[in-house]
Amino acid sequence: MTFEQFSDGTSFLHRADPKGKLISTGVLSLVIALSQTRGTALLGFPLAFTLVLAARLSWSKLLRRLFIVNSFNLLLCLILPLTYTGGKTVSLIGINLSSTGFFLALLITVKSNAVILLFISLLATSTAAQLGHGLQQLRLSPKLCLLLLFSYRYIALIQQELFRLQRAAGLRCFQPKTNLHTYRTYSYMLGMMLVRSWNRAARVQQAMKLRGFSGQFYSLYDSGGMRKSDLLLSAVLLLAGAGLVVIEILSI
Amino acid sequence: MHISEGILSAPVLISGGVVAAIGTFIGLKKIDLEQIMPVALLSSAFFVAGLVHVPLGPGSVHLMLIGLLGVMLGWAAFPAILIALFLQALFFQFGGFAVLGVNTVTMSVPALCCYYLTRPWIDNRKTRPAASFIAGFLAILLASLLTACALALTDTGFTAAAQLIIAANVPVMIIEGCITMFTVGFLAKVQPEILHLEYA
Repeated sequence: MTFEQFSDGTSFLHRADPKGKLISTGVLSLVIALSQTRGTALLGFPLAFTLVLAARLSWSKLLRRLFIVNSFNLLLCLILPLTYTGGKTVSLIGINLSSTGFFLALLITVKSNAVILLFISLLATSTAAQLGHGLQQLRLSPKLCLLLLFSYRYIALIQQELFRLQRAAGLRCFQPKTNLHTYRTYSYMLGMMLVRSWNRAARVQQAMKLRGFSGQFYSLYDSGGMRKSDLLLSAVLLLAGAGLVVIEILSI
Repeated sequence: MHISEGILSAPVLISGGVVAAIGTFIGLKKIDLEQIMPVALLSSAFFVAGLVHVPLGPGSVHLMLIGLLGVMLGWAAFPAILIALFLQALFFQFGGFAVLGVNTVTMSVPALCCYYLTRPWIDNRKTRPAASFIAGFLAILLASLLTACALALTDTGFTAAAQLIIAANVPVMIIEGCITMFTVGFLAKVQPEILHLEYA
């Protein structure tokens, strides 16, 4: 199972330096997430959408992702008008619906889609390894970067271990139901997964020690620093972020 | 129990980010180069456990194992959970960049509380099953309380939704309690040294 569905591609966003992308995603998603007015959210969305278009991603995968995220938003659109207290209300077939709640849910939907499209177009177009090295070059705590790189490296392996245990249970006619036997079986599978991960960690640790690991990875993936195009991209995105801040301040 | 992007207000997001940063800083101080590997592997195991769905009546719930992680890692749960959440956001877009701090706090603080409240009892063979059940139960209870608080502090209109979250998580608390109890029992029998790691 591959987790990174958007990281291979040929667009300029895929080729751009992860450092610039990390900084601009951080700034832009903070601006959009912190915004309180409709104007900022409504302008942030087309910006994020343009970036997704520029990244030339598979539409089916993209829509599947957005569907999952928006199913929660749909729930919010249904719940908030019924439960929101205060603000304007509209009476519909005898039920009081809060229009403030409905507009709030809509604002949340636009904001969350904008931030998620930004995340997909800028960060998910790099692999976690590239981002880890980018963060390392941005002088984030080296230990945290190592944790990120190691976890990323071993997720797929640990998942395979778990699949293997589940397959073994399936071969012994294990059928999950709502009972204590099922929960005990799952716990033992998880426990076994932890035991194997633990032992694997010990072996990897020894192997790295043997090779003189001193807390630093030297990556073969060398982006060659920030090129002119990377600087241009970051500058444009940061300017857009500044523009959104100005609009936010003006419309409050 | 992710809060998705775009819901929370600025003060909640910022304070969540600050608390998460402090917790991660302390957690990283507690682990040295030797211990990075086990913490990283537990972080990915935590990620994978989040993909496991256990049946509950006609539906299913996914595991979180916050209590287990807290009992095993102590303060190091902060960086481990932060990394797992970052990878989840990157791979599945659950949660996002701006709410990363708040989501880290709503899961790491319960993990840390479990560590301090139940760890001494887990080391004792007799009280181990009860203490590990409580760890699993308490972690989800606290996590849903913190999530509800984050929502309620954002906007009083969310209060009903926040109460709904706590109510919906009651069965999850019981399941997590059972799973944590059995897993701790299994680990204590099969490889007890895993339970002795603690970076607090």
